[in-house]
Amino acid sequence: MTAEIIVVTSGKGGVGKTTTSASLATGLAIAGKKVAVIDFDVGLRNLDLIMGCERRVVYDFVNVVHGEATLKQALIKDKRHENLYVLAASQTRDKDALTQEGVEKVLDGMSEDGFDYVVCDSPAGIEKGAHLAMYFADHAVVVVNPEVSSVRDSDRILGLLASKTRRAERGDGAIKQHLLLTRYNPARVANGDMLSVKDVEEILGIDVVGVIPESEQVLAASNSGVPVILDAESPAGQAYSDTVARILGEERPLRFTDVAKKGFFQRVFGG
Amino acid sequence: MGILDFLKRKPEPTATVAKERLRIIVAQERSTRGAPDYLPMMRNELLEVIKKYVHVDIEAININVERDSGHEVLELSVALPDGKPAATPAT
Ligand SMILES: Nc1ncnc2c1ncn2[C@@H]1O[C@H](COP(=O)(O)OP(=O)(O)OP(=O)(O)O)[C@@H](O)[C@H]1O
Ligand SMILES: [Mg+2]
Repeated sequence: MTAEIIVVTSGKGGVGKTTTSASLATGLAIAGKKVAVIDFDVGLRNLDLIMGCERRVVYDFVNVVHGEATLKQALIKDKRHENLYVLAASQTRDKDALTQEGVEKVLDGMSEDGFDYVVCDSPAGIEKGAHLAMYFADHAVVVVNPEVSSVRDSDRILGLLASKTRRAERGDGAIKQHLLLTRYNPARVANGDMLSVKDVEEILGIDVVGVIPESEQVLAASNSGVPVILDAESPAGQAYSDTVARILGEERPLRFTDVAKKGFFQRVFGG
Repeated sequence: MGILDFLKRKPEPTATVAKERLRIIVAQERSTRGAPDYLPMMRNELLEVIKKYVHVDIEAININVERDSGHEVLELSVALPDGKPAATPAT
């Protein structure tokens, strides 16, 4: 059995890849899948903090690639879900620490270990790290913000996914592309100063798999090292749950894309 | 806010401006994707040549690479400024 490889990528930095990787991996684990999430951001380890396992990192991705540790030794088991594992990025400054053969070996090892999904948290940019994160992917979640430079960069990334990946090179079927619009603010869209879901879909020519609203709880979640999908009360958490369900093939309507209608008491008393 | 502000026409929402700009640049970048690396340089040099004859901005020059059945066609279009006849070549 081979694991499905999902890359979370964007081109532009700081748009929500790591936030998304953590919630996607956790959501897949909640759905009963055996999941590993790998931080490809060599030199800038961050996924461990968002997953809340930063103090349990002993070995990292580069150690496994270089044969200094086994996959079993380096995979950090999640505290909350026993079928979820994290592979931390190396803090080395050597950007060439990862090689295509090395990454392939690790991913093959995960298939052998019976993982259903491997989520690859890509670094920003279109350099080597981003290339390696996407190269072996079967699915891509392209994270985009409703903002001009992010939209343009995501189009670049969609082009690279269609040409510079193993699937593209071998011609064995295109990567399944999922566009995820995050940090969405319906009130600003209503005011005409933010691109709408429809605008972004039209410009890029693909439909969104989900829309994650700009939400205060995302910062609270990262502060506490708990992926926001586990905050079932928060709009962002619920939107991530919907997104994971859609990636798994379920149909769910979009939520949190319109300005919240105020209830009677709010309208009368304000707030 | 004064009464005059009410009478003034509402400016175009910035999201609409953003969408239009993105539509154009994304289409342009897609059409030259995978095209030879010399294309941007060639575009600049062509602009220099064209400028000797007509006053156009770089935005008026569009380069497309079309691929069909085995061969590639380099398509160049220049939107000439309207109304003005072409200038006599500079010597
Ligand atoms: N839906 C959201 N609402 C509010 N804040 C968000 C949301 N998504 C992400 N953020 C915030 O945006 C910042 C960047 O997020 P994140 O680290 O996930 O981005 P990234 O794409 O992984 O960045 P990098 O390119 O540096 O790896 C963080 O501070 C995060 O808390
Ligand atoms: Mg990140």
